[in-house]
Amino acid sequence: MKIIKSGTTIDFMGKRGGAFIISGILIIAAIVSLIAHGGPNYGIDFAGGTVIQVRFSQAVNPADIRESLKDAGLAGTVQRFGAEGVGEYLIRLQTTSSDLEGLSATINDALAKRFGGETFEIRRTEMVGPKVGKDLRTKGLQAIIFALIGILIYISWRFKFRFAVGAVAAIAHDVLITIGVFSLTNKEFSLPVLAALLTIVGYSLNDTIVVYDRIRENMGRMRREVFERTVNISVNETLSRTILTSGTTLIVVLVLFLMGGGVIHDFTFALLIGVIVGTYSSIFVASPLVVMWEKRFPAKGEKRRR
Amino acid sequence: MKSKFRWRLVLILFVLIGALIYCFPTLVKETPDWWPQFFPQDKIHLGLDLQGGMHLILEVETAKAVESAVERIKNDLKADLKKEQIFSTYLDRVQGNKIEVVLLNPEVKEKFDVYRKEKYPLLTEIESTQEGDRVKVLLELEPRYREDLEQSAVDQALETIRNRIDQFGVSEPEIARQGKDRILIQLPGIDDPQRAKELLGKTALLEFKLVDEDYSLQKALGGDMPFGDVILYQKVEDPKTGAVRRIPYLIQDKTLMTGDALKDARVSFDQNNMPYIALSLNPAGARNFDRLTAENVGRKLAIILDDNVYSAPVIRQRISGGEAVIEGRFTLDEAKDLAIILRAGSLPAPVQILEERTVGPSLGQDSINKGIKSIIIGGILVVIFMIIYYQLAGVVADLALIMNLIIIIGVLAAFRGTLTLPGIAGLVLTVGMAVDANVLIFERIREEVRLGKPPRAALETGYAKAFLTIMDANVTTFIAALVLLQFGTGPIKGFAVTLSIGIAASMFTAIVVTRFVFDLVLSKVRVKRLSI
Repeated sequence: MKIIKSGTTIDFMGKRGGAFIISGILIIAAIVSLIAHGGPNYGIDFAGGTVIQVRFSQAVNPADIRESLKDAGLAGTVQRFGAEGVGEYLIRLQTTSSDLEGLSATINDALAKRFGGETFEIRRTEMVGPKVGKDLRTKGLQAIIFALIGILIYISWRFKFRFAVGAVAAIAHDVLITIGVFSLTNKEFSLPVLAALLTIVGYSLNDTIVVYDRIRENMGRMRREVFERTVNISVNETLSRTILTSGTTLIVVLVLFLMGGGVIHDFTFALLIGVIVGTYSSIFVASPLVVMWEKRFPAKGEKRRR
Repeated sequence: MKSKFRWRLVLILFVLIGALIYCFPTLVKETPDWWPQFFPQDKIHLGLDLQGGMHLILEVETAKAVESAVERIKNDLKADLKKEQIFSTYLDRVQGNKIEVVLLNPEVKEKFDVYRKEKYPLLTEIESTQEGDRVKVLLELEPRYREDLEQSAVDQALETIRNRIDQFGVSEPEIARQGKDRILIQLPGIDDPQRAKELLGKTALLEFKLVDEDYSLQKALGGDMPFGDVILYQKVEDPKTGAVRRIPYLIQDKTLMTGDALKDARVSFDQNNMPYIALSLNPAGARNFDRLTAENVGRKLAIILDDNVYSAPVIRQRISGGEAVIEGRFTLDEAKDLAIILRAGSLPAPVQILEERTVGPSLGQDSINKGIKSIIIGGILVVIFMIIYYQLAGVVADLALIMNLIIIIGVLAAFRGTLTLPGIAGLVLTVGMAVDANVLIFERIREEVRLGKPPRAALETGYAKAFLTIMDANVTTFIAALVLLQFGTGPIKGFAVTLSIGIAASMFTAIVVTRFVFDLVLSKVRVKRLSI
C-alpha cells in the first residue's frame, strides 16, 4: 500500500511564501496572545498555588462549591473535570499554606459542612509554594536552553551550520506556536506541558533531520543541480516517511489524548499540537530556511562532511 | 544454521529472554512456586501518581536554629561576664543572630576582648563604637561555625524525620536531602495525608514550665503582664461538636526540663480506657525531675509541646522514679503519633512545607487503567496499520515493536526505574515513534526495489542507507530526553526514563532484530519479490 505515490514532485520550495505567511500569522497570534495575557498562563507548578481534585458521588453545582469555599474565607475557581455528570471538580486557589493545618483540611471541612462528609472524596492535592514555583520556572527555562544548545552542537557537528540554523528556527517555531495555542485556549502551562515541549523539540528535530539527511545525500549525487531543486527533491523523497511516522505517532497521541484521563490531558494536548506543527515545520520551515540561507550566504567550495 | 547468524541469534535471545524474566513478576499477580528463588521477584516500582501517596518538600528554617544557638551563647556569656566581673550595662541578642554588649568603659572592653578570645573564640567582633565612656560591641558567630550549625540542623532534621517515618510504619518511604536546606519526602500509599503532615512537620519541642499562680491571669490577659511570664493556651476540642476552646495559662517562661530528658514515650490507658502518654526519663532527666518536683510540691507544672499546653497537673509529691505522664483527651491515633514524635526527638528548627502533592489510591488506579487501555488500543492501531501498509514486512516490524515494549518494561524492572503516568505516556509515544526506524528502512528498501535491485541487494542497501539517518534522528530525541532526566521531578523523570530506554530499545529491535528476521528468511526461502 502507498499513501504517497513514488516520484512525486510537489513544489514545496515554491510554496514557501504561502507557508511563511501561515507560520507568520500563527506566530504573531501566539505573541499577541502572550502579550495580552501577560505571559503564559502559568499553572501552580510555576506560579505557586493549590489545586484540589474532588469527586462527588453525584454531580453538584460548581457554584455551590465556590459558595462553600467562600464561607471558609477562601477565594478559588471551580472547574468541572473530566466528563459531564461524573461529579469530578478541580478547585484552584492562588493561596498556599506552608503550615501544617494545610488548606486541604480547611477545604475538606468546608465541603463536609455543605455537602456532608460521605458524599465526596479528595482525590488529589497539589500545593506548590511560591519559592518552589520560581525555582521550577528558572530550571525549566534552563532545561529548554540546554536542550537547544546540545542539539545545536550535535547538528553543527553532523551537518553544516546553515542546517543548524534552519533546524533551530523550526524548533523555535514549533515551541512558540504550541505555547501560543495554550495561551489562546487559556490552558495552563504546567510542568508536564514543559516536558511535552521538550519532547516536541526532540520529535520535530527527528523529522527535520531525516529530511536534512536526504538533502545532504542528494547534494553529493546532484552536484550540477540547483540547490533549491535538490532540497525539493529530498523533501519529496522523504515525504512518504514523514507522513507515515507522523501518522503512527499521531494515532497514539490521539489515543492518549482521548483515553489517558484528565490528569495528563494538557500534556497530551501539547504533544498533539506539537506533532502536527512539528511535521509541518520540517517540510515548510526547516528546509526552505536552508535554501534561503544558501541564497543569501552561498557556500563556496565547501566539502561534504560526515 | 550458518555461523554468521549464530551470534546475532544468541544476542537477540539473550536480550529477549532476559527482558521476559524481568517482566514476569510485573505481569502476574504473584510469582508461582516454580519460579526460581534467584530470579527477579520485584514488580515494577510505581510512582506516587499511580499507586497513590504523598510527596512533600520541606524547608528547614536554619536561621531559627542559628538564632536559638545565639540565644544560648548569649545566656552563657551573660552569666560568665557577671562571674568574671566584666561589667556591662546592656547585653542582648539583636537582629536575630547577633549579640550586642555595652561595656562600662574602654578598660573593661580590653578585659572583655581578652576573655572573649580565650573563652568564646566562636564569637567575632564586627563593630565597636565608643559612646561617651561606654563601649558598644556587636558580635556575631564565626561564619564557618554558623554554616556548620545550619548544616547540622538540616542533617538532624533529616534524621528525626526519618526516625518518625520509620516508627510510623510506611513501606518504602523515600527521604532525601535536596539542595542546601530542603528535604524531599515520598510516602507511597498514605491514606491520611493530614495526619502524616502533622507527624512530620511538628517541631515537637517538649518543655516543662511552672504555672504562675501568684498573679492574676485576668490581669495578665488584660495586658498587665508580670516580668518573665508568658500566656500559653491549651486547645480543648469538644468530642461532640468538634468546636475548639482555647484555655489560657499564665506560665513562668523558664524551661525547667526539655524533651532531651526523655528515654522513651509509650501510649498507655487509664481506668476509663482513655489513652495517655507515659514518659520515662533518662538518668540525668530523672535526677532533674526528682529535684524540680521536690522543690515545687503543690504547684502546677505545665507540659508544653510547641508552645501548646497539653496538661498542667498539680505536683502532689516528689517524683523520683523518672516517670511522668502527659494527659490531654487524645484520640488513640493522636496519642500514638505524639508518642512517636516524642521518641524520635524534636526538630532542631521549624520546617515549612514548600510543596505538597497527594494522590488518592483510587485516582492512581484510575490512571493505571487508563494508561494500560491507551497502550493496548494505540498499540493495536499501529500494529494493524503497519501490516496493512507493509504486509509481511509490517508483521516483522510489529514483532520488533512488541519486543521493544518487553525490553522497556524489562529494563525498567531490572534497574528499579519508576513507572509514572507520564512514563506510561512515554511508553505509548514510543510505540508510535519506534516504528519510525522501520518506516525509514522500509521506505529505503522500496526505493531500492523500484530501482530494480533484487531482494537481497535492496535489503542490504536499504538498511545501510537508513542507518545513519536513524542514528542522527534518535540522538537528538535522546538529547532532549537526557535534559528532561536531569531537570525533571518525579513523574516527569519517569517520562524521560521510559522515553530514553524506548529510543535505545527501538534502535536495537528495528535495526538488529528485523534485519535478522529478513536475513534468516532470505537464507531459507528463495524470495523473488519482497512483501513490503
